[in-house]
Amino acid sequence: MPDIIDFRTDPSHYRHWRVEYDGDIANLYMDVDEDGGLFDGYQLKLNSYDLGVDIELADVVQRMRFEHPEVKVVVMQSGKDNVFCAGANIRMLGGAAHAHKVNFCKFTNETRNTFEAAEADSGQKYIAAVKGACAGGGYELALACNHIMLTDDSSSSVALPEVPLLAVLPGTGGLTRVTDKRKVRRDLADVFCSIEEGVKGKRATEWRLVDEVVPNSKFADAVQARAKEFAAASPKNAPEKGIALDPLNRTIGEDGSVTYSLVEVAVERDGRRATITLHGPDGDAPADAAALTALGDRSYFLRLARELDDAILHLRLNEMELGLLAFRSQGDAAKVLAEEKLLFDNADHWLANEILQYWKRVMKRIDVTSRSLVAFVENGSCFAGMLAEVLFAVDRTYMMEGDFEGDNRPVASITLSQANFGPFPMANDLTRLETRFLGEPERVEAAKEQIGEALEAFDANELGLVTYAFDDVDWEDEVRIFLEERASFSPDALTGMEANLRFAGPETMETRIFGRLTAWQNWIFQRPNAVGEDGALQRYGTGVRGQYNMQRV
Amino acid sequence: MLDLINVSYDTQIPNNVGLSSDKRVLKALEKWHPGYINWWNDLIPDNFQQSLVYLRTAVSVDPKGWAKFDYVKMPEYRWGVLLAPQVEDRTIPCGEHAGEAAWQEVPGEYRAMLRRLIVIQGDTEPASVEQQRFLGKTAPSLYDLRNLFQVNVEEGRHLWAMVYLLHKYFGRDGREEADDLLRRSSGSEEAPRMLGAFNEETPDWLSFFMFTYFTDRDGKMQLESLAQSGFDPLSRTCRFMLTEEAHHMFVGETGVGRTIQATCEAMVKAGIEDPYDTDAIRALGVIDLPTIQKKLNLHYTLSLDLFGQEVSTNAANAFNAGIKGRYMESRIDDDHKLHGDTYEVWDFEDGKLVRKEVPALTAINMRLRDDYTRDASGGVGRWNKIIEKTGIDFQMKLPHESFNRKIGVFADKLFDPDGKLLTGAEYDAGMPDWLPTHADGDFIQSLMVPVYEPGQYASWIAPPKVGIDNKPGDFEYVKLHMA
Repeated sequence: MPDIIDFRTDPSHYRHWRVEYDGDIANLYMDVDEDGGLFDGYQLKLNSYDLGVDIELADVVQRMRFEHPEVKVVVMQSGKDNVFCAGANIRMLGGAAHAHKVNFCKFTNETRNTFEAAEADSGQKYIAAVKGACAGGGYELALACNHIMLTDDSSSSVALPEVPLLAVLPGTGGLTRVTDKRKVRRDLADVFCSIEEGVKGKRATEWRLVDEVVPNSKFADAVQARAKEFAAASPKNAPEKGIALDPLNRTIGEDGSVTYSLVEVAVERDGRRATITLHGPDGDAPADAAALTALGDRSYFLRLARELDDAILHLRLNEMELGLLAFRSQGDAAKVLAEEKLLFDNADHWLANEILQYWKRVMKRIDVTSRSLVAFVENGSCFAGMLAEVLFAVDRTYMMEGDFEGDNRPVASITLSQANFGPFPMANDLTRLETRFLGEPERVEAAKEQIGEALEAFDANELGLVTYAFDDVDWEDEVRIFLEERASFSPDALTGMEANLRFAGPETMETRIFGRLTAWQNWIFQRPNAVGEDGALQRYGTGVRGQYNMQRV
Repeated sequence: MLDLINVSYDTQIPNNVGLSSDKRVLKALEKWHPGYINWWNDLIPDNFQQSLVYLRTAVSVDPKGWAKFDYVKMPEYRWGVLLAPQVEDRTIPCGEHAGEAAWQEVPGEYRAMLRRLIVIQGDTEPASVEQQRFLGKTAPSLYDLRNLFQVNVEEGRHLWAMVYLLHKYFGRDGREEADDLLRRSSGSEEAPRMLGAFNEETPDWLSFFMFTYFTDRDGKMQLESLAQSGFDPLSRTCRFMLTEEAHHMFVGETGVGRTIQATCEAMVKAGIEDPYDTDAIRALGVIDLPTIQKKLNLHYTLSLDLFGQEVSTNAANAFNAGIKGRYMESRIDDDHKLHGDTYEVWDFEDGKLVRKEVPALTAINMRLRDDYTRDASGGVGRWNKIIEKTGIDFQMKLPHESFNRKIGVFADKLFDPDGKLLTGAEYDAGMPDWLPTHADGDFIQSLMVPVYEPGQYASWIAPPKVGIDNKPGDFEYVKLHMA
């Protein structure tokens, strides 16, 4: 078992995926190395996956956007003969701690969302070319693609066998995408999700489970033809080449602190919290899109997004006991705004667009992080525009008010920008401010009128942008008491409370996946029928069936 | 009263399951029938379809006299649905339901598992006919031609047997699966057969004999374990199929044996002692023993792959469900549940082959494979007796089970036939001595010329000791239709 789970990877380290680039089409092959599991005790047979496989996939998708923007269509297919993908590895799930299962599912869900959104966000359309068994998490991979093609060889099928076989749910978006995305009739969906062997051939299209079924002998040609057709129809104004995403420089200290170039994570074990400091830009913003491109992965927001993304993932998987994440920032708000202005002014430039889209994903990653989230707007901070978005993602915000003795940093302020009013919607498709002011939409308008103003505590508080503003007299004590109180609550209750309070407003497929589906799955993951000694997950592979408590709860 | 021993001919489909009073299934089978006949007609070359072949047809399931022999044109063969007689008060022999009354209807909770097993079994039956479709053109004698066709029509009947179960017990899904059994086809690009080994063409008669000896024996072992099924109709179907399957083993064993016999006799006659004097031996128009050994190596190892992974969830599930037993389950002296028992299997750890105890339930495949190896070694011993009698110094043997494997722990690793782990270079160097080369194939192909005169045999194969149905040596087993 590795000491820590590292989310940083690159193609030279891939064990499970490979990509062949062919002009504006990329052929993505899943060819899982049986012996390449992240932990001991299971083999990744039949293209089944664990977190390690998904980390690579997430990296593939990310690099596709930044390093290969010329790609318009990605064909996801199997590198193995008789199987597309058998889904998440059951022995891994059976052996994993509850927390790992939950984090695994969350990350895989995020990865599915990211390539599903690649067509709309990045002009990269994913086709699933399904040949061989495509079951459970395998079909969920396909479901998240924009177009599913199934070969008609009279044995290849798509299936969600979790309920009959494993007593769990197709929890990586499976149930939700069947009804909400594919819009499969609910009674047929009920049948589909109850049969181990799934559905093949023409019926798979009739039931809307796949987009097309192709004769086996013509399958490979049909897939490539469809890919070419989609590429030709793509409105994307693709650049010839992308930028390189070099390995992130990260130092992990003995105390668990993590240092990147713009992000610092300080760890306070006794208080069970991590403080994430975001630093503002150290130089001036590039003059134009060409200069931005020339900077490659060193431009401010791309660097910040990558580092913050990695920090969040690292904390989620490797620091389970740090129950509270406190965000703070230090730097020059004007420079932050200059950096983001360049991005917004060039939003139709591929790289600026990719960076903005990436920030959207990082913010969403924060939204669904099961830790108490708090932001401290201190003197010298630079919560402006895109960075201020963090303030509206967290559960509470504390802001310094007025002068603090012995503190010569600039007085704390918040600056709003267009970034806070549209480009970074939450999973519920509303902006964070819209969600915040669900009952008082006029407050969003009031806040909008303040765009560009450096709002100090009094105004920020009046506008409802912060939870509390405290002056020098109260700050230290109030913050301490909040942190101590928070640390005393049950982590489970907090997770449940926070997840419910964060996503006010309308349901979308995404909120249904992270809320409804995930919550049910995580409930089932606690139930003896699935994970007990005699439960289906534990017994899977032994030949003995799970023993169920037949009482309906 | 229904006569369940003798076959009823009151419907188009001979049967002992009372089809004439089971309108629903009769209708389904009659609907399936034309597709089957089309499949058959498209498959076998036309002049053979018109020929009169001396075939046995099952007329009863009474072990004492179940078949009658007569000339028949193959498309007119009476493929029927035959189940072995029901054993009174039969109980489920294994797994968590052991001791409960055997199921006469499909238990809902195991429907998918049962159907999958039946479909996979059913898929292999027509596959072998497809693989062997061109062999008639190079038959070494009318006797062998007849045996080929006997095997073929019976594999066809085995398909019927599985289709009957699908139609009778699996509703609409079953009918669709039955149609797909005719849709898939060996080696097809469009819809290949489900198991890899059944998508390879059988290129020559020695391959055919090896196939019937080794690969049909896998089929036999599968049938043996399905005959132990707690689902009684499946058990009864498989028990009767085993009666026919014995002939297929016989064709394989005697076919290889007669090939060896011809080689040894020719060597003795020509005064050649060294079995590796390949050119001289081949010049006699017979197949040298090392090449026969290579064919054996190939077919045995391909057949081992059919048993699947060493440790298998599916097999464990099927056993525990009582749907598939072990070979001779009822004669095994244990609790038939295997909870807590272990079984030794091969594994590969730190670059070495090791024996490892694993839960017996998950090693069901392996146990069956070990039983298979024991069963298969019998004939090899008898072949060696043939060689020994002629005084030639050579022994056939089964290669180590690690050799040439594509499935399981040995897959993708290089072993020699003795089970020694090799480097790539060593393997490349040894390969021509272990597996048939293209040149070996060319040579065998050169011997494959048809011999259609009654009582005459190709140079590379000896006549049988006894004729089929005790017919004399010059009996015209196939009255060829000459177009």
